[in-house]
Amino acid sequence: MDRIYEKYFRTDRLPHIWCPGCGNGIVLSAFARAMEELGVDQDQTVVVSGIGCSSRATTYVDFNTLHTTHGRALAFATGVKLAEPRLNVFVFMGDGDSTAIGGNHLIHACRRNIDITAIIINNNIYGMTGGQYSPLTPTGKKATTAPYGMIERNFDLCELVKGAGATFVARGTTYHAKQLTDMIVAGAKNKGFSVIEAVSQCPVSFGRRNKMRSPLEMIQWLKENTINVKAAAKLKPEDIKGKILIGELYNTEAPEYTAEYDRLIARVQGGGK
Amino acid sequence: MKKYSVSVNEIHCKACGICIGLCPKEVFGEDYLGKAVVQDTDKCTGCKICELHCPDYCIEVGEVS
Repeated sequence: MDRIYEKYFRTDRLPHIWCPGCGNGIVLSAFARAMEELGVDQDQTVVVSGIGCSSRATTYVDFNTLHTTHGRALAFATGVKLAEPRLNVFVFMGDGDSTAIGGNHLIHACRRNIDITAIIINNNIYGMTGGQYSPLTPTGKKATTAPYGMIERNFDLCELVKGAGATFVARGTTYHAKQLTDMIVAGAKNKGFSVIEAVSQCPVSFGRRNKMRSPLEMIQWLKENTINVKAAAKLKPEDIKGKILIGELYNTEAPEYTAEYDRLIARVQGGGK
Repeated sequence: MKKYSVSVNEIHCKACGICIGLCPKEVFGEDYLGKAVVQDTDKCTGCKICELHCPDYCIEVGEVS
């Protein structure tokens, strides 16, 4: 095990509980490399997570960690950031955790544009509870609660958070692990709410029911069915149909919540000076 | 040409097969449990695709000076 893992992981907790070939481990190592690149102080960094497979991440990383209730990771993170704005706050969530149970927390954290970086691991399914469909299960795909195929339309997470007001939106995959690190670095540097969707593989609960039994098949599917947003801009719409767009999708500037709150305190306590 | 060393932590390896499949130079083979074993270190070009994609942080690629 090399230096980065020894530095950022609670090595006595490894190996982790995730299934063989689970993408969560790849996302977490991309996160550790991003922390190394950013040179963050581990004591000044908080990692918050909710409930689900992906949210086990806080058990394994050696920062100030907070493993909270289902869907409410962003609510706890907002409290942490507002109480101590100097801290770097990162949130790990899954697709169900962030868009179904915590859907309201997600859109309102986006709307407030609070300086938090949310890494949403999208494995298209509720893995921990046995493979029920989530709001991000693609139409037509099978799940235990959709044995004949999903008939609902899925959210486009990146469009959702962009519409809700997030100021940095990027999508990566576990195959593009190096780029995922770069996105986490860029998201952390953004002064405002950043969302990084990490499309991941769940070979046990999703792949097994969707003709992608092995982790390798799933990771190669991610390689073949993704297209960088810059490359996609030069292609015809029919060429990118059905492909997952990856890369930095949106980046803008807007007033940040903790800075606005400090300004409000100064204004009110200043007595209208 | 640079030489690289490749090591696999066989205790943490869960035999997912990602490194075996992704390696462009077929450095890895598998043992009777399906776990990755380093077969031919000389073929390694140091791309680290295995190290980046190992979900269990088992693989370490280093440069041999």
